[in-house]
Amino acid sequence: MKYLHLIWASLFRRKTRTVLTLVSIIAAFLLFGLLDAVRTSFNQAGQSANGAQRLQTGSKLSFIQTLPQSLQAQMAQIPGVKIVTYANWFGGAYQDPHNQVFSFAVAPNYLDVYPEVAVSEAERKAFEATRTGALVGETLAKRFGWKVGDRVPLQSTIFPDRQGSKNWSFDIVGILHSTDKKTGGFFDQMFLLHWKYFDETTPYNAGQVGWYVTRVGDVNQADRVAKAIDSLSANSDHETRTQTEQAATASWMKQLADIGLIVGAIMGAVFFTLILLSGNTMMQAVRERTSELAVLKTIGFSSRSVLAMVLAESVLLLVLGGVLGLALASVVVPMVSGFSGGMLNLPTVGADSWGLGVVLMLVIGLVVGLLPAMNAMRLNIVDALAGR
Amino acid sequence: MGKLIEIRDLSKVYVRGKQKVEVLHHIDLDVNEGDFLALMGPSGSGKTTLLNLIGGLDVPSGGSITVGGQRIDQLGAGALAKWRAANVGFVFQFYNLMPMLSAQRNVELPLLLTRLSAAERRKRAAIALQLVGLADRAAHKPGELSGGQQQRVSIARAIVSDPKLLVCDEPTGDLDRQSAEEVLALLGALNRDHGKTVLMVTHDPKAASSARHTVHLDKGTLVEQVAA
Repeated sequence: MKYLHLIWASLFRRKTRTVLTLVSIIAAFLLFGLLDAVRTSFNQAGQSANGAQRLQTGSKLSFIQTLPQSLQAQMAQIPGVKIVTYANWFGGAYQDPHNQVFSFAVAPNYLDVYPEVAVSEAERKAFEATRTGALVGETLAKRFGWKVGDRVPLQSTIFPDRQGSKNWSFDIVGILHSTDKKTGGFFDQMFLLHWKYFDETTPYNAGQVGWYVTRVGDVNQADRVAKAIDSLSANSDHETRTQTEQAATASWMKQLADIGLIVGAIMGAVFFTLILLSGNTMMQAVRERTSELAVLKTIGFSSRSVLAMVLAESVLLLVLGGVLGLALASVVVPMVSGFSGGMLNLPTVGADSWGLGVVLMLVIGLVVGLLPAMNAMRLNIVDALAGR
Repeated sequence: MGKLIEIRDLSKVYVRGKQKVEVLHHIDLDVNEGDFLALMGPSGSGKTTLLNLIGGLDVPSGGSITVGGQRIDQLGAGALAKWRAANVGFVFQFYNLMPMLSAQRNVELPLLLTRLSAAERRKRAAIALQLVGLADRAAHKPGELSGGQQQRVSIARAIVSDPKLLVCDEPTGDLDRQSAEEVLALLGALNRDHGKTVLMVTHDPKAASSARHTVHLDKGTLVEQVAA
């Protein structure tokens, strides 16, 4: 610690250069914080205590392939299965194609499988009694200013009605509230409509469902139940794949994009550039201080002390910028979630991200400092003082 | 007074590419404790090389150097660094202060290698600055000081850890006459009043006249030793 003032003073010897380098490091770690939140958000999708009891069954070929509705009764007969429900993707947009709404056509017992979604008894009954009724998540309702009693038009990006129009109308009969905001934020975005109304209105469905959700009585039986469900359709034209909710979500996400790979690739490029940039800063900083480092060695600082001081300077630069960048990310992430109107439900920059971030700061700091530190350590005092 | 420095058959050869340049040839020299010795000679005569060897900044190619009873030519790099920290104070022609540190912090630098507390380091640095007449400039950075003041700060840095030996390479070479005289007077006082042994390389006969003895080098050989 007694060398800290010396290291600090050396770091800010050229203030402009150091500040510009710090800004780059802050930007890199801000990006890291944001992208890591996105990655964590995708990884956490489907992870919940209730989710562990749920199995999702979809087509083995692709998630856009549908399955016969008749499977529900057979699945319900499998020992260990408590409830089977199903849903279809509706693909609705409100007013503008950019205002995509997570809209699903669902079976009457759909909400029985999701105890983490709360809706009042009266609203639930109203939904059951209204053919064109819809239950909407509270965040979604807030986003578009909807309330119970409103009739709202949705345009399906996929399904027309029997007249060929893709414009559908729904009566909002209730508001959904997720009871676990950490894992259930998605439900606050949902728009649920009746599968029966959907199936009877569009000519393109004909008794098909997009996926089944099964609630098992015992989590330890989930694997056996999944195999039993898939065996129902074995060697048919609609073979299924049943997975836990978490695995199914991960698999679905992976069909959209490998978020981990994308985030990793972006961060790899960012940090590689950062290594070049801060490495260049450190090389210049040490080259400019050749005679000063020689003086330190002259008055008795050992070569190892000089090596350690240059490395410490480099690590300090990275830690300073990295901590500021991640702190900024901690502020920006909730703002991004807020501005997205609930479309993005990013987790706060947590201990894992901080831990990984600090490791990156230390490793990059050591990597960029190593070469100039070695040069400083090997510095020949006589040559350096003579300006050779 | 006993001998502080004993140099025997000292040689130094530099290898520059394929060429070998013998800078010092079989030098024998004794310096008594408490002496003030000026090393003079033309450029390239080996004065600075000899000073660097005595200060433990370089290692000889042959012969021996004993300082205060210690064969420094036999020390490894780490031990030599420790020996320098404990035994030698250095004063350079261009002061070589850390531009980003205050005078006080510059003077404290050698004390960072000791186990002294921060308060004790500050106190000793303040005393050293007082001794060179710059107590009121402690908070100033080198860029805010004149050349003469900077050289006095560098002398304070050289004496702060109370070494026996002060090694000065052209300490007045970058100063005007008045500042040079102040610096020489200061070195003289440190030698006379505080018992520091001073070795000073200089081109300036007037500076050399401040010393008690003068040694002349020419082409790496000791040619003349003159008492003041």
